[in-house]
Amino acid sequence: MDYMKLLNPTVVDIKPSGIRKFFDIAAEMDDVISLGVGEPDFQTPWHIRQAGIKSLQDGKTKYTSNWGILELRKAVSDYMKAEIGCEYDPKSEVLISVGGSEAIDAAVRAIVGYGDEVLIVQPSFVCYEPIVRLAGGVPVIISTKVENEFRLTAEELKSHITDRTKLLILPYPGNPTGAIMEREDLEAVAEALRGTSIAVISDEIYSELTYTGNRHVSIASLDGMRERTVVINGFSKTYSMTGWRLGFACGPEPILTQMTKIHQFAIMSAPTTSQYAAIEALKNGRPDIEAMVEEYDMRRRLMVDGFNALGLECFEPKGAFYAFPSIKSTGLSSEEFCERLLYSKKVAIVPGNAFGESGEGHVRASYCYSVDHIKEAIRRIGEFLEDIKNEG
Amino acid sequence: MNVKLLKLLCKNARYTVHELSVMTGLSEDDVKSQVSEMEKEGLIRGYKAVIDWERLDSAMVSAIIELKVEPQPDVGFEQIAEQVKKYPEVETVYLMSGGYDLCVIVKGKTFQEVAMFVAKQLAPMKYVVSTATHFILRRYKELDIELIGDNKDDREKISF
Repeated sequence: MDYMKLLNPTVVDIKPSGIRKFFDIAAEMDDVISLGVGEPDFQTPWHIRQAGIKSLQDGKTKYTSNWGILELRKAVSDYMKAEIGCEYDPKSEVLISVGGSEAIDAAVRAIVGYGDEVLIVQPSFVCYEPIVRLAGGVPVIISTKVENEFRLTAEELKSHITDRTKLLILPYPGNPTGAIMEREDLEAVAEALRGTSIAVISDEIYSELTYTGNRHVSIASLDGMRERTVVINGFSKTYSMTGWRLGFACGPEPILTQMTKIHQFAIMSAPTTSQYAAIEALKNGRPDIEAMVEEYDMRRRLMVDGFNALGLECFEPKGAFYAFPSIKSTGLSSEEFCERLLYSKKVAIVPGNAFGESGEGHVRASYCYSVDHIKEAIRRIGEFLEDIKNEG
Repeated sequence: MNVKLLKLLCKNARYTVHELSVMTGLSEDDVKSQVSEMEKEGLIRGYKAVIDWERLDSAMVSAIIELKVEPQPDVGFEQIAEQVKKYPEVETVYLMSGGYDLCVIVKGKTFQEVAMFVAKQLAPMKYVVSTATHFILRRYKELDIELIGDNKDDREKISF
């Protein structure tokens, strides 16, 4: 069988990330101190797990509506109104998805056709580019800069817009940088979009994890933006529910209707147990979020201080749960740095270039770990830096 | 008074001043002065280690003693609680709601020693109506710290 003839070249051409090999090495190594994960260390709060268990006991084991359980969609709609300031009709503008990722995929496929250009802000989560390619779109990368705290500026945006630009994917608060967009940053971006017919997918999966004291602002809440924006969010990061695989999308009815078609044929409906747990999360989970944010904030400060003290310059990440220090002072590439650190000190962190070329010269360290764990990792990184210095 | 500072000390009293300062956003001087202020005021009463005594051959045993007490006019249970807490064998004394009045945690080298302490010292005390001794057999978790089982991180080592 000539599989290369058999298989879809668009899929085959998507290169598995070069970082994969490095991941595998780390996975097989014993006693690794990792700062490498993109998921919370907290358990899903017990009352949320109980709601899932109760739904099983009650025999809620069937498909739900393609859109998701109406009660959950109503809860999402209430949440969006209260927290984001946008109203979405639970019947036709809220879709419950299998994690945020599936909603991103459905949104891209609903909007992007063959040859359409999609603006992807990097460094960012790894799924956007392949999803756009699979939809037949052309990814156009906008590289953000550490000088701007990895925020997207209106100038950067404008200089990448062509008459084939269909969509902007806006990933804030950001993985891997921890960058956020504040209201005035978003206003500038919105101003550049007004008068165009460019749609926006705003991936706000980390929206509840910000540390400025101000709440997250969604671009959808700005003038003229709601009509063109699909907001993606979910339960994984907010309520520490990564394994439940549940997210949602909110947006204008014409887009959501098409997304739901895709979702309906590919997925049917999101996991039922998870949906019942999510209702409980939205209704009674606010104190859990606050406790987690307070804990993350302390770890965040400790980690940023630790990197800066080691001379690995680290801008202040104001959202998500990552620090993204620069390792340029070592003269090593991101991959060299991470690989050598893993072999010599058994600390696993992720090379910044895994999230786009503009991440080169940085590494991503997650603070989804206990304070003692973070301290030990930073101590080992300090030893590693000493070793390099002595070599040189 | 800084609640964040207290919460951190509650979690780990051995954080350095620098770590406390970084994590709370207070200056190091503020951390120092606030901690000593809270100590002086008696808000912070002390710092101790949580020890898994079972790992030692000379393990200590503890028991929770339920004490039923006849309350006294004007002072209620205060007087007897004051007396009970003076014994060095007594680690903890709480006034309780419900089926009994004072919860007393007593430690000793052997079951025998603890039982004798209860029989000879606590039970005969004036106004003590009855005692019930419950020995602690295994300590799974104490002061938020787990003593048994390893909380393995079952996440992947690296993920995007």
